[in-house]
This record gives sequence, structure tokens and C-alpha cells, in this order.
Amino acid sequence: MIEVSDVSHAYGDRTVLRSVSVTLTEDRVAIIGPNGSGKSTFARLLNGLVLPQRGDVRVDGLSTRTDAAAVRRRVGFVFTDPDAQIVMPTVAEDVAFGLRPLRLGRDMTRQRVRAALAAVGLQAFTDQPAHVLSSGEKQLLALCSVLVTEPRVLVCDEPTTLLDRRNSRRIMQLLAGLSQQVVLVTHDVDAVTDYERVLLFDEGRIVADGLPAGVVSRYLALTA
Amino acid sequence: MNTFQPGTSWLHRLPAGAKLAGVLVALAVTIALDSPVQVTAGCAGAVLLFASAGLLPAAPAQVWPMRWLLAALTAFQVLTAGWAAAVVVTGRIVVAVLLAGLVTLTTRVVELLEVFERVLRPLRRLGIDPGRVSLVLALAIRAVPVVAGFATEVHDAQRARGLRGSPRAYAVPLVVRSLRHADALGEALAARGLDDPVAVLE
Repeated sequence: MIEVSDVSHAYGDRTVLRSVSVTLTEDRVAIIGPNGSGKSTFARLLNGLVLPQRGDVRVDGLSTRTDAAAVRRRVGFVFTDPDAQIVMPTVAEDVAFGLRPLRLGRDMTRQRVRAALAAVGLQAFTDQPAHVLSSGEKQLLALCSVLVTEPRVLVCDEPTTLLDRRNSRRIMQLLAGLSQQVVLVTHDVDAVTDYERVLLFDEGRIVADGLPAGVVSRYLALTA
Repeated sequence: MNTFQPGTSWLHRLPAGAKLAGVLVALAVTIALDSPVQVTAGCAGAVLLFASAGLLPAAPAQVWPMRWLLAALTAFQVLTAGWAAAVVVTGRIVVAVLLAGLVTLTTRVVELLEVFERVLRPLRRLGIDPGRVSLVLALAIRAVPVVAGFATEVHDAQRARGLRGSPRAYAVPLVVRSLRHADALGEALAARGLDDPVAVLE
């Protein structure tokens, strides 16, 4: 369960979140809103990348302020640009990188990496250099590198923005099949139709919260 | 950029530490080569090692990026010290590059970093974290194709706007993009728990 209580945040003079309070218990939560509405900052609050200037964020009772490491182990984060997330030169090495702190040993690590790559359909690229992958494959790799650590929650900040329709669909299908709680920030309103709950952000506030159909119509009216 | 080529040869199976130690010894021997015959034998030996690892086709690609530097060096040596010295100096560099390339082609970066971490472990007493040093090395290796990609994109954007030949118009966006990438990478590392004490690589 994710609890966001009375959170406000500003970058310099620009306030991006204003007294946001929400509890997320659903397995599939989508966040939509215009550019600069505060949705990416909200997403970053959820695994402690951004600490709120006011208020509190808790994941399964753990505060992002005082239990940052435990929260990050629980909450995986996928960014828009996969190039910024891939740390190691080859595909398998990048997936293995996230497992190093767990000290699983070489054989167990290889086994986990192989299984994780197979789960996202990248097993054919195991020893390929990461930079030769297509954008869609890189995003799959970024996702795989997060999923291999088995987080309980996955936060994705516009993971399909840089992708074509086919790759976007591939990522969305993969997210749909995960056992984790998924919090998806997106501009793609078609992608959220199957989500259990959609939050609409505008000017740092949640202005609509509910089932996809109603919230998406409100968003379309807001941005018309 | 050189990257690992999967394989099952004896060089692939050799531990990374042994390969690094071997290449250091081989480089020391290479520096001692002082006749064209010895250098030619050194080159032949390096090529044979490539063949034994099943990587013979990859050998020319190791020295090809240095062709202009080698050509300039050879010309300079021919003019100042004669043909024999030119062959020895250029040949030593070719052997060294081939051997270093062979190590990176047959060893995963993770295995090389583990060796670096082991070698650097005594520095922990001086407050230096070997895990952090090895992470920096990994990031530097990873940054090469990323920044090269930025350079190509900036170059293409310049051409599209008819701004060819302006070093400032080339350097500013390249530096800005690289810095933005560094920021984003830092954020991604934090998201993957790299700032957390439990996640420090050891």
C-alpha cells in the first residue's frame, strides 16, 4: 500500500505539488495530466528519488524519508529514456548489476538473469552490447534490470514516450502481465483503459480520481 | 568500442585475473622487443592468440581505428630514425593494442571489474571504496557509445540547419546533452539503490 499524506513540493519558486493526499491500494494505477502538472515528481516521491518538502510518503508503512533504502528495494523505477538507465556495457551484465548487492553467487545470478531476460523476450541478446539494441529493446532491458530484483511495486514514468506503437504495445502488455503493483505515468490515454484507477494531475493537484473512462474524459476536456 | 564476444575457447575460460596478469607480462616483453624480426614475431604471436580464441576476424578491427595515428607515427619514425625503428615502434603499439583487445573480447566487463575490486581492496584502508571505483570504470565504458551517439545526433542536427564547421555550435549541445545524461544516469543509479549503504558494491 502506498500512502501519500499532505505532500507539497517545489523546485525553487515553482511549486509542483500542492497538498496531495492519496492512498494507492489497487494493482494497476495510472497517472495522467498535462506537462508540468506534477505527475513525474509524484512518481519520484514513491521510491524516494524526491523527498517531499512537506508531508510524508509511505510504502507498506515504510517512510521514504527514514527508510529510504528499504523503500527503494521495494519500489522499482523505470524512466522515460532507457539510455539513462542502462549502466553496464552488455545486456546480461546490466541485468546482473542490480543483483550484485544480493551476493547470490555467479551461478544463481546467471540463472536469475537468464530467467529475467527470457521473461521480457530478450534472451537472444544476452551477450550483446546494450548500445546496439533498438529503443524498444533498450526499454525492455531497463524494465528487465528493475524486475530482476523482484520489487513489490513498479513505478514507470512515461516508459513508452520514446517508442513506436509496436514497442509501446509490447511494453504495455508486459506491464499488464506483471504480478507487481504498477503505477504508470503516461500521456497515452488508450493505454490506461484497463487500469483499475486513474489519477488526473493538474497544476500540482489531483483534480480527478476514479475509473479510466470518467477521468480520461475530464483530461481530454482539460487539454482540449 | 570493444565488447565481449561470447565463446568457449581456452582464453574465454581463463580467469580474468590470469588474463590481466598475462597481458601485463606480455606488454613488458613487448617493450623489450628491439628488432623488426622480434616485433614481427610478436605480431604473429598476437594474431595466433586471436586465432586460438576463434576471433581471428576481429583482429584487424582492433588496430583499424588507430590507422592514422600509426601512419603518422611510422612516417615520423622513418624520417627521424629510419625504417627499422619505425617498424619496431609501430609494431610494439600494434602488439599491445592487439593483446589488450583480446582481453576485452574474451572477458566480460563484470569479471574485469571484479578483478579491479580485488586489486584495489587494500585501498579501503585509505578510505577508497573499490566498489565505487569499479562502478566509475563501468560507467566510463558505458558512456563511450552513449556520448558517441550524442555526437552523431548533434552533427546531424547541425547539418540539417546548415551549421557545418562551427566548433561552438557543435560543442555546446554535445556538452549540454552529456551533462543532462549524467544527471539522468545519477538519478537512475539512485533509483536502483546505488546510494544505499547495502548496495555499495564490494
